[in-house]
Amino acid sequence: MKKSLLGSILALAMAPLFAQVTVEDPWVRGTVPQQQATGAFMMLTAETDARLVAAESPVAGVVEIHEMAMENDVMKMREIPALDLPAGQTMELKPGGYHVMLMQLKEQMVGGTVVPITLIFEDSAGERFTQEIEARVTALGAAREGADKPMQHQHGHRH
Amino acid sequence: MLSMLQTLNGRFLLVLALVSASLIGCGEQNVRFNATDITGANYGQDFELVDSHGQLRTLEDFRGEVVMIYFGFIQCPDVCPTALMRAVEVKDALGPSGDKFRVVYITVDPERDTPEIVSAYLAAFDPGFVGLHPTMEELPEVAKSFRVFYRKVPTGDSYTMDHTATSFVYDTQGRLRLAVSHSMEVAPIVEDVRTLLQAAR
Repeated sequence: MKKSLLGSILALAMAPLFAQVTVEDPWVRGTVPQQQATGAFMMLTAETDARLVAAESPVAGVVEIHEMAMENDVMKMREIPALDLPAGQTMELKPGGYHVMLMQLKEQMVGGTVVPITLIFEDSAGERFTQEIEARVTALGAAREGADKPMQHQHGHRH
Repeated sequence: MLSMLQTLNGRFLLVLALVSASLIGCGEQNVRFNATDITGANYGQDFELVDSHGQLRTLEDFRGEVVMIYFGFIQCPDVCPTALMRAVEVKDALGPSGDKFRVVYITVDPERDTPEIVSAYLAAFDPGFVGLHPTMEELPEVAKSFRVFYRKVPTGDSYTMDHTATSFVYDTQGRLRLAVSHSMEVAPIVEDVRTLLQAAR
């Protein structure tokens, strides 16, 4: 009993090391008034195998994880159930690939402001952990979106 | 005598035909484009659509300009703004002749793309970009006439649009010349637009 309790404490103490995702350079594409949807982009690196399974944000009624694909120059965008994050591999959510889709926007995304987003991950044991990030809004039409900002590193922790 | 004249005449015509063919060759066939050359295509010939300010527009309105037409929808987080941003960069790279490069956006989502949203959206990229608004009734016909595919796809309790992401480029005479793939970079497009502008001089 005592041993297993110690084991649990140890496991808890160790947990953040084994279930951590580094989020770099998160940004949201700016919108115009009345626009209902936009995308959030970022780079995710998991220390051990994990999956991005959901996301939430106070600025959006619905948040989904989307994949974009081109077939014969036809653009197709689909919700995916989860984005796999193999250990140590940086997964880039960027235009032309994956994005976190913010829908039913409650306000305009104004360039320079910051949007809080909660990322929900699942480790290989199926245990969920969340991470709060702050994504900077890049003004719509601003040159080379996402490339002109200083790197931001944000780390996730098991809750 | 008559038959000899006819033969001479025939030869003369043949020579004339060869000479003019080679002349045309110099003028036209040496023009190489980076984008797909669709000169002579029998689709995407024209449009007659209302812009974001309620004006009826046709290709004729843009004579003297190289026109790039893009079909899209504003609730698009990714491809449409990327394509518009690329168009801005092409225009910037053209320098002073950028004034003769016109971007025309045709919505495939008339339900949500109101004139207010589209004009505000395009203005964020470039005030010269023109938004066109087919009605729900006009859209199938417009898409067909440009061989553009679009489809409404439900997502969450909303929807997204699958659509052709190709940009169509017209010369200064309003003739459809190029199909520009979504993946094409800025520099080769700039080169093609320059070629079309120079041919007009």
